[in-house]
Amino acid sequence: MAESLSGSSGSDHATLATRFNKDESRVDWHDETLWFIRKKRDKAAWQIDEGEQLGETASQIKNNVLGNLYEYLLQFEENARANGIHVHWASTPEDHNKLVHEIIAKAHISRVVKSKSMLTEECHLNEYLESKGIEVIDTDLGERIVQLAGEPPSHIVLPCIHWKKEEIGDLFSRHLGTPEGNSDPQFLTTAARLHLRRHCMSSKLAITGVNFAVAETGEIVVCTSEGNADLEVQLADVHIACMGIEKIIPQRKHLGVFLRLLARSATGQPITTYSSHFRRPRSGQEMHIILVDNGRSERLGSNDFRNALKCIRCGACMNTCPVYRRSGGHSYHYAIAGPIGAILAPGLDMKQHADLPFASTLCGSCSNVCPVKIDIHDQLYKWRQVLTKNDHVSETKKSGMRAMAMVLSRPRLYAFAGGATRWLMKYLPFVISNGLNPWYKQREMPMAPKQTFSEWYLQKKKSK
Amino acid sequence: MKVAIFIPCYVDQFYPQVGIATLELLEKLGVSVSYPENQTCCGQPMANAGFEHLSTECNDLFVNNFTAFDHIVSPSGSCVLHIKDHLHSVQYEKDALHIRSNVFELTEFLTDVLKVSDIKSRFRHKVGFHQSCHGQRGLGLSQMSELVAPGFSKPEQLLRMVEGLELISLDRKDECCGFGGTFSVSEEAVSVKMGKDRVADHLKYGAEYITASDMSCLMHLEGILKRQKSSTKVIHIAEILNTVK
Repeated sequence: MAESLSGSSGSDHATLATRFNKDESRVDWHDETLWFIRKKRDKAAWQIDEGEQLGETASQIKNNVLGNLYEYLLQFEENARANGIHVHWASTPEDHNKLVHEIIAKAHISRVVKSKSMLTEECHLNEYLESKGIEVIDTDLGERIVQLAGEPPSHIVLPCIHWKKEEIGDLFSRHLGTPEGNSDPQFLTTAARLHLRRHCMSSKLAITGVNFAVAETGEIVVCTSEGNADLEVQLADVHIACMGIEKIIPQRKHLGVFLRLLARSATGQPITTYSSHFRRPRSGQEMHIILVDNGRSERLGSNDFRNALKCIRCGACMNTCPVYRRSGGHSYHYAIAGPIGAILAPGLDMKQHADLPFASTLCGSCSNVCPVKIDIHDQLYKWRQVLTKNDHVSETKKSGMRAMAMVLSRPRLYAFAGGATRWLMKYLPFVISNGLNPWYKQREMPMAPKQTFSEWYLQKKKSK
Repeated sequence: MKVAIFIPCYVDQFYPQVGIATLELLEKLGVSVSYPENQTCCGQPMANAGFEHLSTECNDLFVNNFTAFDHIVSPSGSCVLHIKDHLHSVQYEKDALHIRSNVFELTEFLTDVLKVSDIKSRFRHKVGFHQSCHGQRGLGLSQMSELVAPGFSKPEQLLRMVEGLELISLDRKDECCGFGGTFSVSEEAVSVKMGKDRVADHLKYGAEYITASDMSCLMHLEGILKRQKSSTKVIHIAEILNTVK
């Protein structure tokens, strides 16, 4: 799992996407499935008159949060502590994982349940805890499916969107003992429910993510479709909630904006099925919140990339992305796939994720669906410049670009070079039209005309 | 009104008929058009590949070629968007600003500046219109399906003036074709799949021609259509609008 997530196998997005495209009918199915969700999102957006205004408000609240994050974090910490919650700070994933492990070790527990949390995916918490001999059971159904399959999620909201029900039937028959060949969704979800409930009921420690942390009250809000976070937390003696420091919102009333936007943008539902507020531990329970930085404060200082921190993890940019739909979440080799992942990942490790900002046509649909108005495609463009300046680019590309820049800034050389290219294409088509040229592999080359436009223009001018 | 046309490098080299149609169309509409002869490229091929810093000389050349004109018109939404968003010059920033504020994609120049209400052209075919992303989402030539807002389309407004032209509707009216500049070769598999899916949508509704306001998208779609030995052709919107009645 760690290997496929980190991309240490040496495969970049293009290579992994090419692999994904070997089965074209599966690509069609994946594309249609996600496009269906995009359409649901459109329908939900049109159902409320103030849709665009809601997004603008959310964006402005988040701007305010990012502009005053220091104060809000201290306010949140103070209020959470007053509520009886243990608050911890972690600057790196390692710090975070150690903190979680210490709490688990202190409670002498060897198996924990965990609801959906992209932060713990970002920190590779599961692998860390497993290396310490602690079993982690993901209780979100989609996450449990990919966990049983030994894979990372391929989508932040729909972790197993790349799995077909028949394949889930096979997986369950191997791991949960369901009858072979049964792929009835109702049957399989009931089997999963029994399996997950058993784990929730017997686990003394529950880990959850955090969707929103309210500075004013010191409470956190966790949104789930299945109610698994509630079940886990209510049955456990210890609750650990893990969050990135950007999850803060100033006041409780702001939830009225974000809760209306989150599910509408994510799946086209008016609101998430469960929006659970955790404000203080129940009597006898221990509650911890771990606030993680992991590069966020550095990004806060960057004018170009700051506003990626506004992300509420709805996944709308993935569902609309024509590249994501046709390359699959795993091709991004990072915990958060798609356009938003492609602007977050290089901030953490430029070298490892240098390919991701190029895995886009810059069509701009991502920025249009983003409920908090992140300029995703502009940031992709800016990341390309940063990556190139930091030399995360091949020598071939560099020299090719230098040559192109030289030709295009010298009109006479341009006229000559253009002529040569066309001559080649006309008389020696095999030179360019061969299997080594990625364009020609599945497309014909454009035909070389007799004259360029400028040649035609000059001729016309002369004959006048 | 001093108007210059900017013919993008790949149009100049591979699709001269699009440049010719643009020039003729504007002249027919009574515009006196100049073509600065030293022009090459908007610099986008370098910049989108992450080499914006290499486009300095190309930008200066662009500024020198076009600064003397009131309007700069180009038959490419993508190149125009690049100029609008990224044309800067250390030496001539004031001129660059003038160009950024006065560069127009051809169809928006026709609808917004010339306020064309009648086009004397005839094109008796079933035509699918491909919304090129940079023109649409970048320049706002048409409303975007992601937004909750009333619909409009400047290029379609013009196509509806063409006699005999039947505009087909599509399942996905503004999905990217997958060209994306160097993306078309660096991400060949996804690029081609996106193109195939776009082509299929047009063919499903019986398009005889696929048109667009960007030839780069059409070059990519044409490559796929030809490989499929399809009888459906691509044609730039300027060529349709310039068809003689």
